[in-house]
Amino acid sequence: MTDRLRGLAELRAIRETVIARRAQFDKRISVCNGTGCRACGGTEVTEAFAVELAKRGLDRSIELMATGCQGYCQRGPLVVIHPDDVLYEQVRPDDVPRIVSALERGEWVDDLLLEDPITAEKVHLRSETRFYAGQQRTVFALNGEIDPTSIDDYISHQGYHALARAVHEMEPDEIIEEITRSGLRGRGGAGFPTGKKWRFTRDAAGAVKYVICNADEGDPGAFMDRSLLEATPHAVLEGLLIAARAMGAADAYIYVRAEYPLAVDHVRKAISDAECYGLVGEGILGSDLSVDVHVKEGAGAFVCGEETALILSIEGQRGMPRPRPPFPAQRGLWGCPTNINNVETLANVPPILLRGADWYAGIGTQTSKGTKIFSLTGKVANNGLVEVPMGASLRHIVFEVGGGMRPGHRFKAAQLGGPSGGCVPESLLDVPIDYESLKEHGAIMGSGGVIVLDDSTCMVSVAKFFLAFTADESCGKCVPCRTGIRAMLDILDRITRGEGLMEDLPRLRELAELVQSTSLCGLGQTAPNPVLSTLRYFEDEYVAHIADHMCPAGVCKALIGGYRIDPELCRACDQCRKACPAGAITGTPGQPPYHIDATVCVRCGACVEACRFDAILRGPSGDAS
Amino acid sequence: MAEQIADAVADACTTHDANPANLIQILRAVQDQLGYIPEEAQRLTAVQLGIPSARVYGVVTFYHLFSTQPRGRHILRLCQGTACHVAGSGAILEAIGRRFDVRPGETTADRLFTLETVACLGACALAPVMVLDGVYHGHLSEATAVRILEELTDGAEGVPT
Repeated sequence: MTDRLRGLAELRAIRETVIARRAQFDKRISVCNGTGCRACGGTEVTEAFAVELAKRGLDRSIELMATGCQGYCQRGPLVVIHPDDVLYEQVRPDDVPRIVSALERGEWVDDLLLEDPITAEKVHLRSETRFYAGQQRTVFALNGEIDPTSIDDYISHQGYHALARAVHEMEPDEIIEEITRSGLRGRGGAGFPTGKKWRFTRDAAGAVKYVICNADEGDPGAFMDRSLLEATPHAVLEGLLIAARAMGAADAYIYVRAEYPLAVDHVRKAISDAECYGLVGEGILGSDLSVDVHVKEGAGAFVCGEETALILSIEGQRGMPRPRPPFPAQRGLWGCPTNINNVETLANVPPILLRGADWYAGIGTQTSKGTKIFSLTGKVANNGLVEVPMGASLRHIVFEVGGGMRPGHRFKAAQLGGPSGGCVPESLLDVPIDYESLKEHGAIMGSGGVIVLDDSTCMVSVAKFFLAFTADESCGKCVPCRTGIRAMLDILDRITRGEGLMEDLPRLRELAELVQSTSLCGLGQTAPNPVLSTLRYFEDEYVAHIADHMCPAGVCKALIGGYRIDPELCRACDQCRKACPAGAITGTPGQPPYHIDATVCVRCGACVEACRFDAILRGPSGDAS
Repeated sequence: MAEQIADAVADACTTHDANPANLIQILRAVQDQLGYIPEEAQRLTAVQLGIPSARVYGVVTFYHLFSTQPRGRHILRLCQGTACHVAGSGAILEAIGRRFDVRPGETTADRLFTLETVACLGACALAPVMVLDGVYHGHLSEATAVRILEELTDGAEGVPT
């Protein structure tokens, strides 16, 4: 690959070559090789297919493709047969021969098909599974369709066509105008209009400018950026190059978390392949545009997702935020005007230039355009990445795409926006989700993490969890964040130990407002949100902990007297004894009841989870009397 | 050891153009070589880059990835992100602590493994998750997590991460 491309005609030629090559195959087997599926054996499954196809002499008629993350990691490794669109889940290498045999006969392997979490019926087609059917995949359109390490594959789906337009047909101002008209807003958290941000940097005085892709996806519970970088690294790179063209930057950086090794590999490969084609470096696509792209890996600091901290980290310093203004658009990397966009934001840019601002602005709500990727996790049937138009309801995401709650459990709340966000209770399930509506109800869009909580989740513990996280990640530069969060955490800690006081609640609110209004950067300004929103919707749980010395969800250990076994319900199945990490349970299989020794019990609750007969009750440890 | 440290620092600095802007990458390379970043390595790095030792120390102590203490033969990174927390990663942390007498950031007495906690590994749909020597293990229970670590004692050599 040393042919430097000069324009759209050559991109189209590559596209046609790939399409023609692909047409020689009757079928394609796509095996997900994202981080999630690899963890479950995706690589081994891919190898097994390669061996099996070669053995049967089918490797000329059936194409095998290792794709990037398809977003349904919970069910991995995923295998999709094209063009039939049959989806197999949790495939093991041993399953491969019978999948290929069935394929040869034109049949399916029924037991590997996905079972619908609500109807319990087997679903043949991927497009008909609840998880995928409820989505509108635009940014994610190519996840699972291409080999992420093949630039030709990306080009065959009109990849770099938008860059060609941006370089040969559009002036920088026209690009910015197009992005502004599309209504695209930053997907990293704050939702600032992208076109406006680009305009600031374009108009800033200075000959040297930088553009940065913020791939420091630090919000625990959000992994859409990982998925995009792993599955379609070229889309992010193309967006970044268009941004560089629009703002006149000759150097671009991708700042990516070290916790995402596969994403780092794919991004590096994408850059070097793009360099060979003359899409990165000097004289891009035969024009006078030159952009060098550098990868910088982080070293584990949540605060580096903040713009000014990220810039310092790229400079090789401690990532401690500084006051704004001056904004990075005025004084950023090495003191020069700098624009920073999130991964998902940049991945939205090529489709906007290709299909037009009007198309994009036609999706979503009045104030929030396009689609948004949510990472749906927690106590919900389907876990994974969900792309829906802005304005979709939480009910659609959790109960339709997500397939609802686990059997026997009830929805309590969804936590949105990670440590900076808040929770949305059941009463707000039908509110159309956009930047404004979430803010109004005390949550934020954030990077799109949706963690579903059920009746087994303690809201005070959830708030404490987030504060412990932000207290740990606070860089310590400003006092309100460093000391204020710690003071709030101490109060929550006391409440969960059963030592809370009623006056703690107004004190928490007062501290929260103080930390919000006086912290230096977004980390401190938003850290109290989880506390404020749980207080707003679940104050009764706080009161139960303080006044009744009770944790309604049975999570806070100090408030659980212990566990006991109901002799009427115990079936002596031995599961609880096996599950107990402390060896506190005694009994003989088949001879009920079992017993819990209160002096040995560590109150972990593992026995409750293990018991299939609901025979273990909360209360004073020991035997039921 | 002194020679090993000097070599690791020299290699890392050469690979990254002895440019202070690459300090984080240089320190990562040093840690990859030595398993941790001893004080002497910090001092030498500062000398080679022509920057104060305090700046190197500041960066080493700021980022979670860096360790100033020797680590175990295996590196366990247990996710404590939100999805993992809700799925019970706290209980797994406790179970590992009880079984191996080790707390987050510590190394077992026999230097078998170092227990690190990490805010999110981005594999939330597999919660609870841990990464042992770069290999992901998902859908963990207390028992499976402990069992995977117990199997380490069979003498398998670890991969430094």
